[in-house]
Amino acid sequence: MDIIVCVKHVPETAEAEIKIDGTGKAIEKNGLVFDINEWDDYALEEAVLLKEKFGGTVTAITVGSEDADSVLRKCLARGADKATRLTDPKFEGSDGYAIARILAKVIKDLPFNMILTGTQAGDDGYAVVGVILAELLGIPHATMVKKIELNDEVAKLNRELEGGLEEIVEVKLPAVLTIQTGINEPRYVSIMGTRKAMKKEIKVLGLAEVGLGENEVGEAGSWIKMEKMYVPPVEKQAEFLKGSPEEIAVKIAEILKAKGLV
Amino acid sequence: MREIFVLTEHRQGQIRDVTFEMLTKGRELAGKTNTELTAVLFGKEVKNHAKILSDYAKNVLLVEDAKLENFNSEAYQKVLSNLIRERKPLLTLIGHTSFGVDLAPSLAVSLGTPLATDCVDLEFEDEKFTVTRQMYGGKVNVNAVLRKAESYIATVRQATFPVEKGAPMNGEIIEVPSPLSEEITKKRFVEYVLPPPGGVDITAAEVLVGIGRGIKDESNIPPVEELAKVLGGALACSRPIVDKGWLPNDRQVGSSGRTVKPKLYIALGISGAFQHVLGMKNSDLIIAVNKDPKAPIFGVADYGVVEDLFKIVPPLKSKIQELKG
Ligand SMILES: Cc1cc2nc3c(=O)[nH]c(=O)nc-3n(C[C@H](O)[C@H](O)[C@H](O)COP(=O)(O)OP(=O)(O)OC[C@H]3O[C@@H](n4cnc5c(N)ncnc54)[C@H](O)[C@@H]3O)c2cc1C
Ligand SMILES: Nc1ncnc2c1ncn2[C@@H]1O[C@H](COP(=O)(O)O)[C@@H](O)[C@H]1O
Repeated sequence: MDIIVCVKHVPETAEAEIKIDGTGKAIEKNGLVFDINEWDDYALEEAVLLKEKFGGTVTAITVGSEDADSVLRKCLARGADKATRLTDPKFEGSDGYAIARILAKVIKDLPFNMILTGTQAGDDGYAVVGVILAELLGIPHATMVKKIELNDEVAKLNRELEGGLEEIVEVKLPAVLTIQTGINEPRYVSIMGTRKAMKKEIKVLGLAEVGLGENEVGEAGSWIKMEKMYVPPVEKQAEFLKGSPEEIAVKIAEILKAKGLV
Repeated sequence: MREIFVLTEHRQGQIRDVTFEMLTKGRELAGKTNTELTAVLFGKEVKNHAKILSDYAKNVLLVEDAKLENFNSEAYQKVLSNLIRERKPLLTLIGHTSFGVDLAPSLAVSLGTPLATDCVDLEFEDEKFTVTRQMYGGKVNVNAVLRKAESYIATVRQATFPVEKGAPMNGEIIEVPSPLSEEITKKRFVEYVLPPPGGVDITAAEVLVGIGRGIKDESNIPPVEELAKVLGGALACSRPIVDKGWLPNDRQVGSSGRTVKPKLYIALGISGAFQHVLGMKNSDLIIAVNKDPKAPIFGVADYGVVEDLFKIVPPLKSKIQELKG
C-alpha cells in the first residue's frame, strides 16, 4: 500500500490577531505561528496507520515555500518515508485548481494506491484540492472520510454528512480520499523520531522540473483571483460586559435572573 | 434564454434547506442577469419533489433513474455535466455541503468551467462574476473574481441566504431521459448510518454550556460541567472536543453535529467558526467568553466577555449558586 499525503503549511489564526497587509489581498504573515494544516495532520496519521497495517510507503508532498520544510520534517518524524516540496516563485497566487494541477503533474509519475488530503485547508478553506487532483488523475474520490476499511482493491468508507449522519460508500482504488478531523488520534513525535527526520532528504522541485508552463500555475493558471480582502462587516455585535471576573460574574448572574433563567 | 441552474439536494425523502436558499438567491441573480431560474432534480421517483420545486423556479429539469436514488458523485457528475453541456447555463449553484464538495470540483474540471466554493455572496457586474468568501476561519472576507468563461459553477454556504418564497412561479417540469446507460462502477453507495447516541440529548436541553478548544485539556472539563449542572443544563461542545475524544459526538453543536435552540447558550473558548454557529445561532440568549476580542463568536452573541474562561467559570458558578440559595 503506497500512499501519498498532500500537506499544507498554514498559519494558526484562531487565537491570533489578523491584519491585512499592504497589498490588501493577503494577511500580514509576520509574527504568526505556522504548522501543518489541521486536517492534514489526521490524513498523515491515517496514512501511517495504514502503512503499519498493510506495509508499503508513505510520501508527504507539499506546494509551498522553504518554510514548509518544517511540516515535511514533522511528517517524516511521524512515519512518512519520503518528502517532496514543490517550490517556485511562479506558484504564488495559485488557487486550489492550480495547486491541484501542480500536485497532479508530479504525482502521476509516482507509484501509489491511495492519495490522502485534508477535507479543507484552514487558511483558504476551498475544500477542492483533493477532488480536483482525483479528476486530473482520472481516478475516483471520496470526501470527508471518517473511517477507512480496505478489502482488496476496494475501500469501504464512512463519509460524514450533516447533522451527525454518515454514509457508507465503496470506492475502487487507486483513489483520492479527503480526510475529516476526528478519524484517528494523531500521535506525538518522540525526540528520537524528530532527530532522525532531520537527516532525511527533502526532494525539491521547481516549475521546470514539475514540467508545467508559466501560465498553468499562479494567478494565470487559476480559476479565481483575489481582488480584495477585508475584515467582515459586523452585522450584530455582542454587548461587552466589563470589569473584574468577579464583577462580570455578577453581571451575568443578573442577566440570567432578569430573564428568569435562574 | 440562458439559465441559472440550482442543483436540488435531497436525502431520505426530504429536499434539504440549502436548495431553497439557493433558489432564493438564484431568483435574484436571474432577475439581474436576465436569465431563467432552473431547478435541477435527480433521483428515483421524485416527482413530488419536482412539484414543490416548480413553485420556486421557472423550469424544473427532472432526471429519474434508479442509479440516482442516493447521491453518488460519479452518477451525478455524468448527468449534470450532460445537462450543462447541452443547455449552457450562465451559472450552476450547488450547496457547499457533504454532497456539493464531493461533486463540484470534479464536475468543474471535467467541464473546464471555473469554480468558486463556499460562497457567501455572488454578483454579476459588467460581465464580471465576483464572489465573496471567507478565509482564516471567518476572520477575513475576500472578494474574488472568476476567470472569464461561458459558464460558471459556485458552491454556496448553507444557512447564508434567507428563504423567501415569493409568488409561485408555476415552473414547467421537464422530464429528461437519464443518460446513464452503463453501470456506475467506481463508487457505490451502501447505506446511511447514525452513530449510536450517548446519554444526553442536547437538543432537548433548555440551557447549554458549550466548550471549545479554549478548554485546552480534558481535565478542565469537570468544573465546567458543574457550572452547566448548577444552571440546570447540559454540556455541549465544538468539534475539536469530539475529535479529541473528550466528549461523545452527540454533544457536538454545528453543521456536522446537532442544531440546538436552548433558552441559554454559553460559549466558552469557542471561536465561532461558521460550522459551529450554524448549530446554535438561533438560541434565545447567547453569552460568549473568549480571550480574543475579534473572535467571530461575538458577532452572534448577545453578551460578550473578553477574558480567560478559567477566570470567569468559578465566580460565575458561585454567583449562580448564591442566587439559587
Ligand atoms: C465539513 C466541516 C464540518 C464541521 N462541523 C463542525 C461542527 O458541527 N461543529 C463545530 O463546532 N465545528 C465544526 N467544524 C470545525 C470548524 O470549522 C472549526 O474548526 C471549529 O468549530 C473550531 O472549534 P473551536 O472554536 O472550539 O476552536 P478554535 O477555532 O481553535 O477556537 C478556540 C477559541 O478559544 C479561545 N480561547 C483559547 N483559550 C481561551 C481561554 N483560556 N479563555 C477564553 N477563550 C480562550 C481562542 O481565542 C479561540 O477563539 C467543521 C468543519 C468542517 C470542515
Ligand atoms: N499547497 C498545498 N500543498 C499540498 N497540499 C495542499 C496544498 N493546498 C491544499 N492541499 C491539500 O488539499 C487539501 C484541501 O485544501 P483546500 O482545497 O485548499 O481547502 C488540504 O488539506 C491539503 O491536503
